Amino acid sequence: MQPIIEIENLSKTYASGLAALSEVSLTIRRGEIFALLGPNGAGKSTLINIVCGIVTPSSGRVRANGHDILSDYRAARGAIGLVPQELTTDAFETVWDTVSFTRGLFGLRKDPAHIERVLRDLSLWEKRDSRIMTLSGGMKRRVLIAKALSHEPQILFLDEPTAGVDVALRQDMWRLVRRLREQGVTVILTTHYIEEAEEMADRVGVIRGGRIILVEEKAELMRKLGRKQLTLQLPAPVEVLPDSLAGFGLELASGGQELVYTYDTKGERTGITGLLTALSAAGIRFSDLNTSQSSLEDIFVDLVKERA
Amino acid sequence: MNWHAVRAIYGFEMARFWRTSMQSILAPVISTSLYFVVFGAAIGSRVSAVDGVPYGLFIVPGLMMLALLTQSISNASFGIYFPRFAGTIYEILSAPISPLEVVLGYVGAAASKSILIGLIILATSALFVPLHIEHPFWMVVFLLLTAITFSLFGFVIGLWADGFEKLQLVPLLIVTPLTFLGGSFYAIDMLPPFWRAVSLFNPVVYLISAFRWSFFGKADVSLGVSVAMIGLFLAVCLGLVTYIFRTGYRLKS
Ligand SMILES: Nc1ncnc2c1ncn2[C@@H]1O[C@H](COP(=O)(O)OP(=O)(O)OP(=O)(O)O)[C@@H](O)[C@H]1O
Ligand SMILES: [Mg+2]
Repeated sequence: MQPIIEIENLSKTYASGLAALSEVSLTIRRGEIFALLGPNGAGKSTLINIVCGIVTPSSGRVRANGHDILSDYRAARGAIGLVPQELTTDAFETVWDTVSFTRGLFGLRKDPAHIERVLRDLSLWEKRDSRIMTLSGGMKRRVLIAKALSHEPQILFLDEPTAGVDVALRQDMWRLVRRLREQGVTVILTTHYIEEAEEMADRVGVIRGGRIILVEEKAELMRKLGRKQLTLQLPAPVEVLPDSLAGFGLELASGGQELVYTYDTKGERTGITGLLTALSAAGIRFSDLNTSQSSLEDIFVDLVKERA
Repeated sequence: MNWHAVRAIYGFEMARFWRTSMQSILAPVISTSLYFVVFGAAIGSRVSAVDGVPYGLFIVPGLMMLALLTQSISNASFGIYFPRFAGTIYEILSAPISPLEVVLGYVGAAASKSILIGLIILATSALFVPLHIEHPFWMVVFLLLTAITFSLFGFVIGLWADGFEKLQLVPLLIVTPLTFLGGSFYAIDMLPPFWRAVSLFNPVVYLISAFRWSFFGKADVSLGVSVAMIGLFLAVCLGLVTYIFRTGYRLKS
């Protein structure tokens, strides 16, 4: 199946000279929930804003729903709904009017039944005749979501949907995202929180300093995240491992000078004791040992650090 | 063409006008009345007829032009500046709309508003002086052309301005003086020769002259020159708007 978004070698340098994106390539599958994870200033919003037509790319190509975002912008943008990071709403207009306005901008005829459905889904129905400026911040965010859904997009971008949002709204939001996925809508969201990606996403991409450093299935990612490696330095190189060690999935490295054992910190047991016992039974000695986290773990530790 | 979008923008802008209808309609009515009291009654009784037109009647086209110009510029510049300032412009930028459609929506609404106000002033004038319009068709044509041209100009200002001061600057420092010195309240040949020559560099002179011709059949400068000047200014504004959208200037980073 054709991907719903194809990004090829996309770069963006702002007028200030700042390179916000460098040669980003990314493919989003139709119907998935994709979480874009990265620290402040990583380029998440820049990436989204380019796809949506708000920021001009410096180079590279983007296609949305099979249409080039520059040469065929009408078809591309028509498929996209955007909930921006900032709470930018009208002030004096009513909820109903502002949501209907967006539908009109996207070239669709009026459909009060659809607008009603969207407002009810977002618990905004009671507020439909309220002026936006009289709403709380959380309500305004709901309005922004309603606007983005007013034209029945196939792709929905949520730029930090849960920033400054209480638990109830957050859960509403996740319910909504799941329901949209059931309807076949592709959802791309950005977040600073690993837990959020873990909770929602089918796939996770990590961006940092304007580069995508990782894209992975969430399940696979979570499996890898818990893994550590134990490296044993051997005094003499080993060519073949004895059969008694076959069950440990060991790897030989550095021309047989090192023995690498990978284990799951989240598993019931690490198997380290068993390995050491088996090694000494096989007469294999080691001169030193160390453990290391997978590079993924490092990435996330850094992410968390920058968040703090 | 995405007509739904044009209609959405147009409707949004007009809704703002009606929401503040008290001030948007009452203000021109009051100020026109004041002009008539001051210029028409107090001064006009001492000024003889201009070119055979009683002074109170003579100032009607000028008053309409004054309002048309200032309203077109302020409506259009505010209409596009405000979403830029508030950030809601993201919606326009991310919607499947062409620049032409954006301009049609915003400039169309701004022009509609100022035409409405022009007509309100005309109606208010009718309460003070016996109105007679010699060439009603041309009056409407000049009304439309002026409203559209200056709404485009206002749109350009609204895109260019990066603060509220700049938004006020052009109307305050350039347009209002040009309009007052453009013959709103006098005929150009009432001026001494030197100032008459200077006036010919003022584009507003041509607008008011043509507009006055449509009322009274008499003009300060030849009608052909006036029409050419209006056309030229319209072309310049269109060129500027096209350039802005082509380059994304002040709209996109
Ligand atoms: N309009 C702009 N002009 C110049 N630099 C910009 C502009 N917008 C963003 N930047 C810079 O580009 C970089 C990426 O910004 P971006 O907003 O894409 O990051 P982000 O990943 O969304 O961050 P956050 O998590 O804080 O929202 C930052 O260094 C930012 O300062
Ligand atoms: Mg951001």
